[in-house]
Amino acid sequence: MTKITRFSGRDPGASARVSGFVGHLRDHGFPLGVRETEAALESLGHVAAADPFEVCLALKAVCSGNHEDFDKFDILFDSYWRNQGRVRNKIVKTNKSAAPKYSRTSQEDSTQQTNAAGNISSPDTGGGLGEVASEGEGRLVASGVQNLMKKDLRELLSPQDIAAAEVVARRLADAIRDRRSRRRHAAIKGDQIDFRKVVRKSLSTGGEPIRLPRRRRPERPVHLVALCDVSGSMTVYARLFLAFLSGLIRADATADAYLFHTRLVRITQALRDDDPLRSLNRLTLLADGFGGGSKIGATFDQFGKTYARRFVSGRSVVLILSDGYDTDAPELLGSALKVIKKRGCKIIWLNPLKGWKGYEPVARGMAAALPYLDMFAAANTLESLAALEPELAGI
Amino acid sequence: MSDWKSLASQLAEQGYIASPDLAMALHISLKLGRPLLLEGAAGVGKTEIARTLANALDTRLIRLQCYEGLDAAHAIYEWNYQRQLLAIRASAEDGKTGPDVEKRIFSEEFLLERPLLQAIRQDTSPVLLIDEIDRADQEFEAYLLEVLSDFQITVPELGTLTATSRPYVVLTSNGTRDLSDALRRRCIYSYVEYPDRATELAILAARCPDIDERLAAQIVGFVQSLRREELEKVPGVAEMLDFAAALTGLGINDLNDDPEILRASLVTLLKTQADRANVPLEVAQRLAGKAA
Repeated sequence: MTKITRFSGRDPGASARVSGFVGHLRDHGFPLGVRETEAALESLGHVAAADPFEVCLALKAVCSGNHEDFDKFDILFDSYWRNQGRVRNKIVKTNKSAAPKYSRTSQEDSTQQTNAAGNISSPDTGGGLGEVASEGEGRLVASGVQNLMKKDLRELLSPQDIAAAEVVARRLADAIRDRRSRRRHAAIKGDQIDFRKVVRKSLSTGGEPIRLPRRRRPERPVHLVALCDVSGSMTVYARLFLAFLSGLIRADATADAYLFHTRLVRITQALRDDDPLRSLNRLTLLADGFGGGSKIGATFDQFGKTYARRFVSGRSVVLILSDGYDTDAPELLGSALKVIKKRGCKIIWLNPLKGWKGYEPVARGMAAALPYLDMFAAANTLESLAALEPELAGI
Repeated sequence: MSDWKSLASQLAEQGYIASPDLAMALHISLKLGRPLLLEGAAGVGKTEIARTLANALDTRLIRLQCYEGLDAAHAIYEWNYQRQLLAIRASAEDGKTGPDVEKRIFSEEFLLERPLLQAIRQDTSPVLLIDEIDRADQEFEAYLLEVLSDFQITVPELGTLTATSRPYVVLTSNGTRDLSDALRRRCIYSYVEYPDRATELAILAARCPDIDERLAAQIVGFVQSLRREELEKVPGVAEMLDFAAALTGLGINDLNDDPEILRASLVTLLKTQADRANVPLEVAQRLAGKAA
């Protein structure tokens, strides 16, 4: 612990360093403002400011706001105050200068595409996964091999597609309502008497409650969580579903979206980006492994253990967009769905193959999943998604 | 000794062993007068810290348990309608009318204070515990933000009631729902982990002072290794204390003495059927053997 950052002689003082540190945290995704800088400085007045341990604890309490930030705080603290952060800062800088290049134009120029393709040889992080169960049969089966080829999603999606899907998504999100609120609102045909109003109105009749205003439980929108399969067997539908997801996320501020193939990626933040083109760029980076194998059971299991605990509650509807071709054991999918179901949510599975004539859910994974589904429907075009509206309203 | 360490030892006197993270967060939140938001798994002592803090500061604890659909009538205030109706009738018989009656029935006499209003109307600052905030709706969260930043509540009939004292606010969340960034930003944050071995031993010693030292080490070792098993519901600190109480109640000095007692006392730790099936007696004995 002897390493200490040497600030330059022209450094304007301790408070500037602390605000520099808050800026450093901000660069790493902490949602901090001026108010936090103020609180951070103030908090230092209440601890021994010369003791690095105490300062670290105090700033951690003030600056972190969730579990992830809380865990990575120590490293960021060391990197700023203990002379390990130089390199990191530089990386951030080059990123910034590169960013406008993407956002200024809405044309798909070829240099960017070569950029994206040039990353094929990036180090394989999930190499172990790729070797599992590689079935080399020439038919439509799920494969366990991770596709390391990065597909540029801009080839698949255009902002116009997203706009069209947004309309459908908004209608679907509105169709699913929750009718289990405990709060009550005034309503003419309510099921309960509104006492507050009764008292108020009875004043004019000398204490006789003549009119009985009523209230009832309002209907609320639900929280939609969409999980989209982008494995090899789903590539043909990926365009539709990704557009649908972007539409959904834009239409509904509480919706949540994930992609999965052999891994699970949360794409809510990327889709929420104001600039549609930049959002696609971010998505492309996240969707590494797009069009590869599918491990539905394992990814759902992971989902149940991580994100579902935070984002899925009794008010959620989990929307799964997948064909159900899975390389994992069907039991794993069944048990994973059981865990998710236990969160109290509704599960809807939209399967593009169900639209085929004479389709039976014979994929073993699909059969194992059926008992946990509240609805199992077909969806392979935007029109068929839109047609689901009345059915979703009944859920 | 610095302030936050003395706070930690004050808590320890009340039987609560806080990690440095938590003690510092609490210290800062008291000093800056900001709410403290605690997250962590169930059973790590998030609620308990508020109770202990109230004891340590020798002040009242006011608790608001959140649930889905919690509304203003249950969190802030409600008019006492039955009394209001009676009062209207009574004054009608006395021949009083209009404004007089209205003024009377919408006075504080007829106001039922709920936790939030109670908390800001105390003479000395109480500890306000808002438990499981993630269970309440988002609308309520937004309202809470307003109360927590202004410390005043507006009752349309009475006007604005300002705080006579600022409560020390502790919010807890189990992470069933993502809290808004606005709420997080307004709070001092700490994540409470399951205690490590040494801390848990200290907790056990603080809560059950007369427990045998060797048995205490066994119990803590056993529970710590049980937490690493695949369980639906991981036993928390409260469960560990129950387990210790059960064992001392049954009068045994060694976990490995009697498998029947071990099996019987597991009911204090494993709370679902699946977990009971996952940890059969053999596994429990293996864990107990390792802990010894």
